[in-house]
Amino acid sequence: MAITKKDVEHAAMLARLELSEDEKVTYTSQLDSILKYVENLRSVSTDGIEPTAHVVPVKISLREDNVKESLVQDEALANAPEKANGCFKVSRIIE
Amino acid sequence: MQYEAVIGLEIHAQLLTDSKAFCGCSTRFGAPPNTQVCPVCLGMPGVLPVLNKRAVEFAIKMAFATNCEINPKSVFSRKNYFYPDLPKGYQISQYDEPLTKSGYIDIDVNGTKKRIGITRIHMEEDAGKLLHGETYEDSDYSFVDLNRAAVPLIEIVSEPDMRSSDEAVEYLKALRDILVYLEICDGNMEEGSFRCDANVSVRPIGEKKLGTKAELKNINSFRFIQRAIEYEIKRQIEVIEEGGRIIQETRLFDSDKGITISMRSKEEAHDYRYFPEPDLLPLEIDAEWIDEIRRNLPELPAQKRERFVNEYGIPQYDADVLTSSKALANYYEGCVKFYNKPKVISNWVMGELLRLLKEGGRDISQSSSFKIQPEALAKLLNMIDSSAISSKIAKEVLEEMYKTGKDPDAVVKEKGVVQISDEDTLIKAIDDVLSKNPKEVSDYKEGREKLFGFFVGQVMKATKGQANPQVLNKLLKERLSK
Repeated sequence: MAITKKDVEHAAMLARLELSEDEKVTYTSQLDSILKYVENLRSVSTDGIEPTAHVVPVKISLREDNVKESLVQDEALANAPEKANGCFKVSRIIE
Repeated sequence: MQYEAVIGLEIHAQLLTDSKAFCGCSTRFGAPPNTQVCPVCLGMPGVLPVLNKRAVEFAIKMAFATNCEINPKSVFSRKNYFYPDLPKGYQISQYDEPLTKSGYIDIDVNGTKKRIGITRIHMEEDAGKLLHGETYEDSDYSFVDLNRAAVPLIEIVSEPDMRSSDEAVEYLKALRDILVYLEICDGNMEEGSFRCDANVSVRPIGEKKLGTKAELKNINSFRFIQRAIEYEIKRQIEVIEEGGRIIQETRLFDSDKGITISMRSKEEAHDYRYFPEPDLLPLEIDAEWIDEIRRNLPELPAQKRERFVNEYGIPQYDADVLTSSKALANYYEGCVKFYNKPKVISNWVMGELLRLLKEGGRDISQSSSFKIQPEALAKLLNMIDSSAISSKIAKEVLEEMYKTGKDPDAVVKEKGVVQISDEDTLIKAIDDVLSKNPKEVSDYKEGREKLFGFFVGQVMKATKGQANPQVLNKLLKERLSK
């Protein structure tokens, strides 16, 4: 499976990355070789092996439905580049 | 050409847990913005989600109630997209291995039963809320409140089994009933705790292949859903008839204009790049827990309706009305315990009581607002049976009970409305009326029998409605035949 420049452009768009033409060329070949390398795994037979979600055999732990203290508003908004009315302020997202 | 519509619904139901899906922040509605948030639901670096056990329990309850299979092992996935209401840049959801799948519910559409398939029910987290600047200074901005971010949801995806807006609305109502009966969602569409997207397509009747669908979003009432679907069906048929082609797209319902509008945006190219959530292990549910949840399932609306018909011998219609809310059904059953004429109670509850509740805007599930205890209603009905009061007076007494919460005995005593069954008293009142209306009496005797009602009315007026109607009828006939 060969990675094309178009794939790189699409992935960059989804990730909101702006790439120069040079970068696109570089990443296309780099991603391509990464995928080819990973593709080696296909040669391993996995018949009869259960899919693994985690490297150690642990089970999911659930929490009881108890309310804990939240941050106060100022703390919650402390890292916001812009804020107003107790909210994060962002560019208008609907017309 | 004749067309048929094909409709499938995706419903998001907010689960009534106290805390969020993956952290301990409160889920309470209406708090000041960004006061129910923490590093986990804000998507700060380095935090880890821990799944809320009750959310899982609620989802399993819904699975049982909709005849779904429960996967002993399901997987959470990340659904990646950028939007300001989604702080992590992905939504934790379930994708290829949902908690439950392959169920159905039966709905009743104008007297015909229809089975609607449920493809899957999966767990996910809600996004935050966006407020859009209303004032001039704010008009270029949106404001993000993340209190709702990561509140647990279940998404219930139906098969494309519905063929009309009526069916869609019935299905939606049935699902909402079930959620509310299970006490896992409050079903409030206005506050957004019960939301619906509709996938609508049309095809020529007889055609097996599905047409291209449009996804309708942003519909927050049963009425709007009906209108949105109806509009969309009409629109698509018109496009096809004019030789056009339906485009797969998301459309918003504009409730003011009653139309759907295409929501063209760059984001339309959905590419969510789902992958298994590395921070959560697969959700494994042991059989014992599933069993425990099943044993504790409450009676569901359909079962209750059936039982009401069988146990109380009331008509299907009555059973439908009385089970329309759990609180009303409980109230009805409470009354039956104290007064063993189920159909009589049904008439009073569906008639007078629901009228009073509707006019007064009170809530039968709130004892602080609705004060007529089942025992008191039973007592009132017994008073009619023993001829202590007429049913006409009983209605007035009930109204007073509704207003004040007083016992029927007390109301009757205060109003002095005890029924008059004493023959001497009634004969006196009758003779009085007859002597004042000699012309009507002679007309009656000459055959104008309709005047009987006039005499009844006059006596009732003279006795302030307290005359026992049966006794009055009997005595009046006697006096007039003299």
